[in-house]
Amino acid sequence: MISEQQIKSIIDEVIKTLSPGAEGVGGGSHMAPAETMTATTAASQNNQPPEEESFLEDLAAVDLRKELLVPGANNPEMYLKLKETTPARLGIWHCGPRPLTRSLLRFRADHAVAQDAVFTDVSDEFLASIGVETIQSCCRDKDEFLTRPDLGRKLPEDQGKKLQAICPENATVQIYIADGLSSTAVETNAMDTYRALVQGLKGMGIEPNPLFFLRYGRVPSMDVISELITPKITVLLIGERPGLATGESMSCYMAYESSTAQPESNRTVISNIHKGGTPAVEAGAHIAGVVKKMLEQKASGLNLKL
Amino acid sequence: MRLKTKLFGTLYSFKDVNDVLAKANEEKSGDQLAGLAASSLTEMIAAKEVLSNLTLADLRNHPAVPYEQDEVTRIIQDQVNEKIYAGIKNWTLAEFREWLLSDQADCRSIGRVSRGLTSEMIAGVTKLMSNLDLVYAANKIEVLAHCNTTIGHKGTLGFRLQPNHTTDDPDGIRISTFEGLSYGVGDAVIGLNPVNDSVDSVATVLRMFQEIKETYEIPTQICVLAHVTTQMDAVRQGAPADLIFQSIAGSEKGNKAFGLDGALMAEARDLVLREGTSTGPNVLYFETGQGSELSSDAHHGVDQVTMEARCYGFAKKFQPFLVNTVVGFIGPEYLYDAKQVTRAGLEDHFMGKLTGLPMGVDACYTNHMKTDQNDIENLAMLLSTAGCTYFMGIPQGDDIMLNYQCTGYHDASSLRQLLGLHPVREFEQWLEKMGFMENGRLGQLAGDASTFIR
Repeated sequence: MISEQQIKSIIDEVIKTLSPGAEGVGGGSHMAPAETMTATTAASQNNQPPEEESFLEDLAAVDLRKELLVPGANNPEMYLKLKETTPARLGIWHCGPRPLTRSLLRFRADHAVAQDAVFTDVSDEFLASIGVETIQSCCRDKDEFLTRPDLGRKLPEDQGKKLQAICPENATVQIYIADGLSSTAVETNAMDTYRALVQGLKGMGIEPNPLFFLRYGRVPSMDVISELITPKITVLLIGERPGLATGESMSCYMAYESSTAQPESNRTVISNIHKGGTPAVEAGAHIAGVVKKMLEQKASGLNLKL
Repeated sequence: MRLKTKLFGTLYSFKDVNDVLAKANEEKSGDQLAGLAASSLTEMIAAKEVLSNLTLADLRNHPAVPYEQDEVTRIIQDQVNEKIYAGIKNWTLAEFREWLLSDQADCRSIGRVSRGLTSEMIAGVTKLMSNLDLVYAANKIEVLAHCNTTIGHKGTLGFRLQPNHTTDDPDGIRISTFEGLSYGVGDAVIGLNPVNDSVDSVATVLRMFQEIKETYEIPTQICVLAHVTTQMDAVRQGAPADLIFQSIAGSEKGNKAFGLDGALMAEARDLVLREGTSTGPNVLYFETGQGSELSSDAHHGVDQVTMEARCYGFAKKFQPFLVNTVVGFIGPEYLYDAKQVTRAGLEDHFMGKLTGLPMGVDACYTNHMKTDQNDIENLAMLLSTAGCTYFMGIPQGDDIMLNYQCTGYHDASSLRQLLGLHPVREFEQWLEKMGFMENGRLGQLAGDASTFIR
């Protein structure tokens, strides 16, 4: 057995070997526990401080389409060829009737990243780093946010006042960010999209209203917010409900003269904003183009011709 | 009819039968969202106490939605056998629960009583039952249905093979289907949720399933779960279909939101019987799930368990081959965590069986619920013990198209081996012939989809 002190020193070693610039999905806080596990496992096997090369592979980086775990398959070439056509978890074999450990852990990892995206709040560090004001919907916490979609679209009176203090009335464009169902999506993509969008708007001579962040916000919050500060166009960047293996997908909802009286079909949406879909910067530029059309046509949603 | 009781010295009164039914429910986020739930646990128990003293006649006479106003109510009320009802109408809900759990109540006698029940009575007794009650009583009830094979025999556990694909790619669907078959999945049905709801696309997949079924002589049934009208058009244009599928709700308004009514379902059934590829007589497949009425604002101020029971009353009219609740699909606004999903799964299965349906369960969850795969494995074990007719089988439980997780291919043989259950008889013989099963366990070739590839 190794002592807790030894484990700590091993962990410190491991963290040191991580290059500071390493791209971390969702930041370093997500990376550290996983690497810690790796280090202790390796150490308990060798009973020696691990070398840099003794890291286990990143399970989540394996392309499942290219992996076949069936021993002595009747036709492995065709199996792999057909597997290429689907992201389904196929060719994963079994121990007794159960899945192999590798497949089980990969599944758990893919679910973990999705759940972390939903159940973790957008961090104060992130909000401080982008320097924007936060307002909060009528939801008191994450549990209430998830179970009461009706509250996630409303603002309490004091938050409405705060909003009015931050954002002047009758702006041409109001942009804001809401966590929605993925904090990871917001932390990963929102600012890249925002900066590209603002740059695009500047090219058209438009200076948007100050950006703010809405905690525990749902899509229809844009109606309530728009009624308070009456911008021509409201743009909402919001985290999507995560799929397995990805928590990074963000959507952009836009509406012309948004209000609670307008039907949902008044909204224009661009979804799937993430590095595997529409990259954040590209999305920002695209949104600027859509905003331009909305201003020209004085319309959005079904009434907008793109 | 007394709607008041004292509990721990406090007086609780309820405004009507629907209020009693709603407040007697075990905690569900959907009832809270609808503003119908009890405000405290004590009030919930007080509501159960009031409910336990209502008679079956009280519930018959106070349908959740008025008869004149709602087709689902009319269908439920009109199919009651009046002679059987007359013999039980004075039972209190407490007595009904005790009878169901007693040794006198066997499959045959429960089957008879079932014909004198309305969905509100079934929902009512469910609210008085503990989880073990629900498992114990459901386990007594055997409901058989026949399409090409017979499903529901005691000692069997079926699986729907659900080879969904993000773009309906034929090769992707085919390899998923092959692998599922090799794990013993697919005796209930081979059924795809299509991305593309067009007639051509549905017909193409149906033809592929038919070709697989015929080439390998698989004793099962096939289905593509598009909207009912799309499937009907495909059948009229000559596509092979053993079953027609549709999602249904517990109110006329809810069904309207799904684009159907009773006449359309009767027409669909009639069409498969005349032009389908199956033997029948059970040729429809329905899916339900607590909360769907609230999500389309079609719940009429009624709780989600009662609305769910009414789905089954509606379904019964059309003698389906398969019915399953998709119990955790709708999200945390309706079922928040593992405890609520577990309860709902046990309730739905019991209510379906008591209605007289070959009831299966899609034990599942979305990524914004407080549940994980362990919870769904637990629920599947409980439901297998309860005699659940079938589950879903998906590659490792990950539905890449519908973006939710449920039971996987591996769970089929795991659950069957654990509890001594078998696939549908003819399908098991086929599995043995193919080398996928041997003495009740996975065979030499199980897990190798390329067995099908020459």
